[in-house]
Amino acid sequence: MSNKDPSIYARRKRTNFFGMVLSMTAMAVGLSFLLWILSILLIKGFSALDLAMFTQSTPAPGSEDGGLANAIVGSLMIVVSCSLISTPIGVLAGVYLSEFGDRSRLASVTRFVNDIMLSAPSIVIGLFVYAMVVVPFKHFSGWAGTVALTLIAIPVVVRTTENMLKLVPVSLREAAFALGAPKWKVSTSVVLKAARSGVMTGLLLALARVSGETAPLLFTALNNQFFNMDMSKPMANLPVVIFQFAMSPYENWVNLAWGGALLITLTVLTLNIIARVVFREKVAA
Amino acid sequence: MNNADELMTSHRQSVLRWQRWQDFFFEKTTLVFAMSTLVALTGIIVSLFVSSLPVLETFGLKFFYTVEWDIINSQFGGLIAIFGTVVTATIAIVIALPLSFGIAVFLTETCPMSLRRPLGTAIELLAAVPSIIYGMFGLFIFAPLFAEYVQPSLAATVGQLPVIGILFTGAFNGIGILAAGLILAMMILPFIASVMRDVFEIVPPILKESAYGIGCTTWEVVTKIVLPYTKTGVVGGVMLGLGRALGETMAVTFVIGNAHKLSPSLFSPGNSIASTLANEFGEAEPGLHYSSLFALALALFVITLVVLSLAKWMLLRAEAKKGLKT
Repeated sequence: MSNKDPSIYARRKRTNFFGMVLSMTAMAVGLSFLLWILSILLIKGFSALDLAMFTQSTPAPGSEDGGLANAIVGSLMIVVSCSLISTPIGVLAGVYLSEFGDRSRLASVTRFVNDIMLSAPSIVIGLFVYAMVVVPFKHFSGWAGTVALTLIAIPVVVRTTENMLKLVPVSLREAAFALGAPKWKVSTSVVLKAARSGVMTGLLLALARVSGETAPLLFTALNNQFFNMDMSKPMANLPVVIFQFAMSPYENWVNLAWGGALLITLTVLTLNIIARVVFREKVAA
Repeated sequence: MNNADELMTSHRQSVLRWQRWQDFFFEKTTLVFAMSTLVALTGIIVSLFVSSLPVLETFGLKFFYTVEWDIINSQFGGLIAIFGTVVTATIAIVIALPLSFGIAVFLTETCPMSLRRPLGTAIELLAAVPSIIYGMFGLFIFAPLFAEYVQPSLAATVGQLPVIGILFTGAFNGIGILAAGLILAMMILPFIASVMRDVFEIVPPILKESAYGIGCTTWEVVTKIVLPYTKTGVVGGVMLGLGRALGETMAVTFVIGNAHKLSPSLFSPGNSIASTLANEFGEAEPGLHYSSLFALALALFVITLVVLSLAKWMLLRAEAKKGLKT
């Protein structure tokens, strides 16, 4: 008879109510973090934004004006060369895992290691590249920064490429094989082509990921107070400049750091949103 | 006629042979690229180990459990940094775990269908914000507020308790171990939440529907059906977050205070492995100091490697369940 005791229902209802309230609170907390961070960034960033930021190089200690032109150009060069290198490597590695690595032990080990590298501490990668590239060449360089970022970008590209290629129906491959196409042709002109926008998503996500990375650039690209387009020399880049300027005692430096932070965040979020849109269009099609 | 046939066959054979070569070449090329991450991982471990050899030879394993960090007298022990890394990551997990669980429950059970995608995307965007932004936010916005409002009230309440009270004493600086842990929590929250949401979605609808059908409340479905079904995946997601928290550099360096001392109070400034590297590596002279930073990096890499491998292994086990139809 105790089964019909109404107090049990009341208690279950109460527990449920509390649980649901807690989960909604958690969601509200999460969203308010996002809004809080973004609103602070927008307020502080836009008040620091002006034309000089895009035309002048980073200021010397104590000087009043100055901008981020050298850092913006440096970041662009490093990030673009990073994606030029990591794209072929990552995509081909993804092709191997999806097209050739079905049952091989090597492929499952690679998959495992790749997923671990996806979240490996980026500062350690910076130190590794320092020991491998900076020490032998005896100076910091834009190229060293590119190598560090490439090591971070490749796992992202590999992961998404493999996932996207796996979404391509097997029947499409079989149809191509039936026409007598060799495997390499099937992989490149049928499978990769069918998964084009999915692979694109991965490339954009990798781009977004490396655009904001700071730690691996600290000891590789270092920084450069002057405008420099020579990648074999130390190179200014937005994340490191933001780090140094934000920690500095000068007010105009801190302002520039906020401006740079806004630029970086907008870039990263835009790339993420574009990646999502590209992917969604593919799924719809 | 016969001759032409033979010609055709031999031509076809040569084409086939050529294609087989192309395929062989293509497979091996992609294989080489696929090996690149494997090579990178081995390279990282070997090079960190080689660079940290001098310090390991001088201090032996003692390096990992002594606290001296005296650059002038060349005495190095990594315990403070290792301690800081572990404590900040633990604080982050303790705070982020219930919150991300709540978010995942909301996104998979209670949220109206039309809001699921936008809210899920918002959480994922939070995960995409670069960590240096969290650091700046922590230093300029969070820390002052934390020092003015949160620290005094913590000290006045839990700080008065016996035993654990000592964790919440000291000067109200804003920056310190606790602040770093909180900023880290904000940072890993979206990672854990989105992994949890993904594993919650693995649960076959029929299981949940049966539970609802016999009159379970949403909370009961979540705790008695979804959680037991997905526990390895959930633990994997949490470990993934832990791995991120252990290795995070920028968010921590801004707010941890960068002081090489061990203090029982969570309000006091400290250091983590990543923040020590970020602050000192640039100025380190080749020698023991330089080598001891590499030893710290090696320790960090090995710790995160273990945590991430466990996470991955658990997530794989959770995924394998997806194929099982009940």
